[in-house]
Amino acid sequence: MKYVIIGNSAAGVGAVEAIRKNDVGGRITIITDEPHHTYSRPLISYLLLGKTTRERMKYRGDGFYTEYGCELLRQKRVTAIDLADKSVRCSDGDVIPYDKLLVATGSSPLVPPMEGLEQVKNKYTFSSLDDALALEGALAPNSRVLIIGAGLIGLKCAEGIRARVGSVTVVDLAPKALSSILDDEASARAREHLEQNGLRFYLGDSVKTFDGDTASLRSGARVEFDILVLAVGVRPNTALLGDVGGDVGRGITVNEYMETSIPDIYAAGDCTQSVDISAGDIKVMALLPNAYMQGECAGFNMSGIRYPFDKAIPCNAIGFFGMHIITAGSYTGETYFEADGENYKKLFYSDNRLRGFILMGPKPGHGSGPSGARPAYEKAGIYTSLIRERTPLDTIDFGLICKTPGLMAFSKKTREQKLGGEQ
Amino acid sequence: MKRVYVNEQWCLGCHLCEYYCAFAGTNERDMARALKGITINPNIRIEEYGNVSFAVSCRHCTQPLCVKGCITGALTQGDGVITVDKDKCISCYTCVLSCPFGAIAPSPDGAVSKCEMCVKSLEGVPQCVEGCPNSAIVYEER
Repeated sequence: MKYVIIGNSAAGVGAVEAIRKNDVGGRITIITDEPHHTYSRPLISYLLLGKTTRERMKYRGDGFYTEYGCELLRQKRVTAIDLADKSVRCSDGDVIPYDKLLVATGSSPLVPPMEGLEQVKNKYTFSSLDDALALEGALAPNSRVLIIGAGLIGLKCAEGIRARVGSVTVVDLAPKALSSILDDEASARAREHLEQNGLRFYLGDSVKTFDGDTASLRSGARVEFDILVLAVGVRPNTALLGDVGGDVGRGITVNEYMETSIPDIYAAGDCTQSVDISAGDIKVMALLPNAYMQGECAGFNMSGIRYPFDKAIPCNAIGFFGMHIITAGSYTGETYFEADGENYKKLFYSDNRLRGFILMGPKPGHGSGPSGARPAYEKAGIYTSLIRERTPLDTIDFGLICKTPGLMAFSKKTREQKLGGEQ
Repeated sequence: MKRVYVNEQWCLGCHLCEYYCAFAGTNERDMARALKGITINPNIRIEEYGNVSFAVSCRHCTQPLCVKGCITGALTQGDGVITVDKDKCISCYTCVLSCPFGAIAPSPDGAVSKCEMCVKSLEGVPQCVEGCPNSAIVYEER
């Protein structure tokens, strides 16, 4: 069996690890347009922050490809899939045949058209290791950095470089920071914390024109900068599959076995769209845990084991300057809410199911008072599990679990199974 | 494989498992001296409510959501035991988000903290089990 995997990140690695649980002899070829050993993309901001290194941010150890018996083809870009021939064509002219193909092509930074952008010299995106290294090369202690985008990518970038530059200004069309994962109240708290740590915001605003090193905003404000970072969002890389008539929405359409609409072609990770079971709708959930689990699912099915992955939900665990945020699911329905000066907990529930949650708190050991010892995000997985497993809330002590996440809220029988059986 | 299992009906709520766990992590010889005056951060925790109590620690799942979701590759499973490479961990807490048992804890040392079945300790076998006076925690094949 010839397996070809396009992409060398979480989904691709997940597929390799699953294939080898089932097929030790098949030939696995991984193709990546990057020059690097597999690395964790979300760690690029930690690299700039100095909290990790090139070595430690490797997603798997140096021996990974040898241990799993796969060939890694670096700096090679797949330009087309040939369905008749069952092969992929590369920009260097190589043709690589497959029996089973995994498209794990990830996503690319979205760069919206903005007047004068072409003339801006020092502009960067922030999605890959090379992006981060290029940005790092431009940083100077007195640099004024302008970041377009107050989402996860833009703000992680801001945190990563804040101590290494003169100033960081963030502009976003959305009226609040982290609008994709926080409600208004949580977002206001996050913004205050980020401002206290030296970020300056122009929210509900956007760049009208760039004139060299000056951005004129629609509000009339002018921001001078030396370095521009574009972190507006990402777009799934769907073209390879779309070009051969595969079913593509915002992302590549896959079923619960990660099969695309074309036989023997699978897709996984940030390039796909799938069902969010917390809301019941289809969306792009470009998150590393989902990417790994989709890749793993694809790997099992490519190697002949029928294995579904049908429990995807949006979820994020992220921190900024010592404030930790864990969120999951959808923010609809009734709410349970508690907060103090440092902690924030909001649970969303409807129709006897937990739908989502937002948890924020200080880093461990840094809280004050009784709640400081137990930040609000501790044991968050208990809540995630209720969403993922669609646990009927009338089968647990919901009042108790809202206050104190734990196994205590489950029936004695369920606890016995959880603590006395194999999981 | 052998795992740590909890027999809820025998738990006295004495919290000795928490102390034995914290002690195992110190690799010291004398528990009183090792733990005197410090706030322990054990990897097994008693849940208590009314007259019910039981200990919770990592289940070392066969389909571990923490390992699959770990963004750094710091969490791995070898011979069934899930361990954390504290050097690689950057405390993003994706595992705290993922664990259905609440068994991975944030820790002030800059990495997450979890039960590793004492494989890295001097003793090599789970000390919570050794210290439980009522066999409410056992280490066995099931």
